[in-house]
Amino acid sequence: MKTTSVMIVGVGGQGSLLASRLLGTLLTDEGYDVKVSEVHGMSQRGGSVVTYVRYGDKVYSPIVTEGECDYIISFEKLEAARYAACLRKGGKIIVNTQRIDPMPVITGAAEYPENVLEQMKASGFDIDDFDALTPAMEAGSAKAVNIVLMGHFAACTEIAKEKWLDALEKVVKPKFLELNKKAFDLGYGA
Amino acid sequence: MKKLLIGNEAVAWGLYHGGLGLVSSYPGTPSTEITEFLALHDDIHSEWAPNEKVAMETAFGASLAGMRAACGMKHVGLNVAADPLFTLSYTGVTGGLVVCVADDPAMHSSQNEQDSRHYAIAAKVPMLEPSDSREAYAFARAAFGLSEEYDTPVILRMCTRIAHSQCVVDLGERENVPMKEYVKQPSKYIMMPGYAKQRHPIVEERTAKLKAFAENCPFNRAELAAGSDIGIITSGCSYLYVKEVFGDSVNVLKIGMPNPLPERMILDFAAKVKKLYVIEELDPVIENHVKALGLAVKGKELFSAIGEFSQKTIRDAFAKEGFMLPNVPEAQGAAPAVPGRPPMMCAGCPHRGMYYTLVKNRITVIGDIGCYTLGAVQPLNALDSTLCMGASVSGIHGFNAARGAETEKKTVAVIGDSTFMHSGMTGLVNIAYNATNSTVIILDNSITGMTGHQQNPTTGYNIKGDPAAKVNLEALCRALGINRVRVVDPYDLKACEDAVLEELAAEEPSVIISRRPCVLLKYVKPKAPLAVDPEKCRSCKKCMKMGCPAISFRDGKACIDQTLCVGCGVCGQLCAFGAIGGGEKA
Repeated sequence: MKTTSVMIVGVGGQGSLLASRLLGTLLTDEGYDVKVSEVHGMSQRGGSVVTYVRYGDKVYSPIVTEGECDYIISFEKLEAARYAACLRKGGKIIVNTQRIDPMPVITGAAEYPENVLEQMKASGFDIDDFDALTPAMEAGSAKAVNIVLMGHFAACTEIAKEKWLDALEKVVKPKFLELNKKAFDLGYGA
Repeated sequence: MKKLLIGNEAVAWGLYHGGLGLVSSYPGTPSTEITEFLALHDDIHSEWAPNEKVAMETAFGASLAGMRAACGMKHVGLNVAADPLFTLSYTGVTGGLVVCVADDPAMHSSQNEQDSRHYAIAAKVPMLEPSDSREAYAFARAAFGLSEEYDTPVILRMCTRIAHSQCVVDLGERENVPMKEYVKQPSKYIMMPGYAKQRHPIVEERTAKLKAFAENCPFNRAELAAGSDIGIITSGCSYLYVKEVFGDSVNVLKIGMPNPLPERMILDFAAKVKKLYVIEELDPVIENHVKALGLAVKGKELFSAIGEFSQKTIRDAFAKEGFMLPNVPEAQGAAPAVPGRPPMMCAGCPHRGMYYTLVKNRITVIGDIGCYTLGAVQPLNALDSTLCMGASVSGIHGFNAARGAETEKKTVAVIGDSTFMHSGMTGLVNIAYNATNSTVIILDNSITGMTGHQQNPTTGYNIKGDPAAKVNLEALCRALGINRVRVVDPYDLKACEDAVLEELAAEEPSVIISRRPCVLLKYVKPKAPLAVDPEKCRSCKKCMKMGCPAISFRDGKACIDQTLCVGCGVCGQLCAFGAIGGGEKA
């Protein structure tokens, strides 16, 4: 099969590392050749973060560049636009409609583009936007936004839900498993 | 056992399975996880050293004692450890010794993008460079044998992309390597001129032997493509990008040992192709060597010495060369331009209160390396310089020596607790000894923050989280010759301002320890979030001047994000109208 490329993007601290671990573990269990590329250090301090996951029969590069991405999973509206140039023609963006102001907006140096997703839809982007924060709170923690989004993405894939849940069990601490399973379910159905 | 591993975890497994008995490192992105993963094993000695020089010398001591040992650091850390490295090349080893160094092309989390390969060449030691986690495991494991066979330290070079990318690795078992007997060998290990003169020829002979080894070693390989007259010499992650673009359709010489290079192999490879390219990130190290062999080759004229590469870099360069490449990706389209999202200090970060005080009083700030370097960004713009670890304390001394009383009263140095232990102490001794009236602020957040919470000698815990000797910073600064040492809580703006103004006014050097643990530490329990009373808020935006990410301006009033705020209360001290309240536990 050809290589599939996924980007998980958001704001440092939103839990993109756990999301990529979940996806990486699942795809490895499914027998794919998998490459995952994470970001550590400076960019985790509230900066824009991007994680790449690529899988297929044989994957060389761990990163995704312009026009190569099949799915962008964005934890925040602005970040969906920031990385949109990586989306291939016909690719899909799943985005949490949460708004997190970056420092240039907080200081008044820049405006938060309110209707950025609408503009992108109008120009032909396939955008699946929904509020992931409310179901995360319903599951028990605002921090579960990552798993709500992965649950929603899971419904787009051909991999059975049970396999996703098995992988979730492997990457989440037992103490938080029930919360995350609930978050996953809410995302899957959203 | 097959596992999906980041490169650094793969290195840790490779070292462990290769018989490592001791690891000593200083944290630094992107190298930190190597040592963190090694520390999970209880049958070896693991530690965070105060700096990279100490780490490498500790690994040297273990090697001298007959144990396989390693040290880990980022590229700039190797500058700090360069002194032992160059002479370790002369002494060689008893137990195998591996120096793990991680470069940071594109400077994701660094102050420069120097190329560590120059060190291997300059110090005349072999260097291995994996392309992915599988090779990271295999190369780290093999490095000990190479080190012992050729009696040399071996540098294992990682880079950000390989250190933090995952692929599946097939892990073996730990090799049982007994310690070698300790035998006193003065002519090998005492590097005074008489003995060192005997060792240098041995180093040159070793290099000749390593060159011969490079021709047939498991680290370099030619991947030939029938019918192609293109040849690409490449290494590290560039190899992955080349394969991503070309698959098996061009000839590739994959270099896994960038020093010493396999000259015969390169000449043979070049003879098989019509057009020769070198694709390597950062400096033209392989390219210059290939050119010195008299070969016509294209390298840096097509591939920049700046930043990271990707498959797109390769595609774009070869398109310019007139290649028709298959499967060129087609983007969906362009999205609207959006504001940047630079990293920043967290909500409730204890450094913020001190920085606000410094900015408010228009103080010149000689900065250092750590989370607190983020005080340089909008809206605080608090820093005047950041050079390298420890340079704040030595730098302010030179600054004040140059400008005298004019700046002594309005300049401070800021340095974190871990950075102070790393290389701030010697600068402080210099301030006391050579007498400038300098003021140093130690931003003590009780952890090594930026690299992801590593213990250090001031925290009272070791790498395992077990209680350890705790350096008393106040007593240390006094012992180093500073009489005026005081501690403030950076959440208390009045106390910060009093301390800063009084110490700047004092007619002798002083240290202010701005002490409060990092808000991300597990034992730091956040208070209930604060809220703005819109009736009382006069929209003056004073609370926004300190750059807290939890505070934004909505519908003409300040607004506090309830999921981000940790109730530190600093913004409440800024509000002249008492509009910010709450914060007590319900």
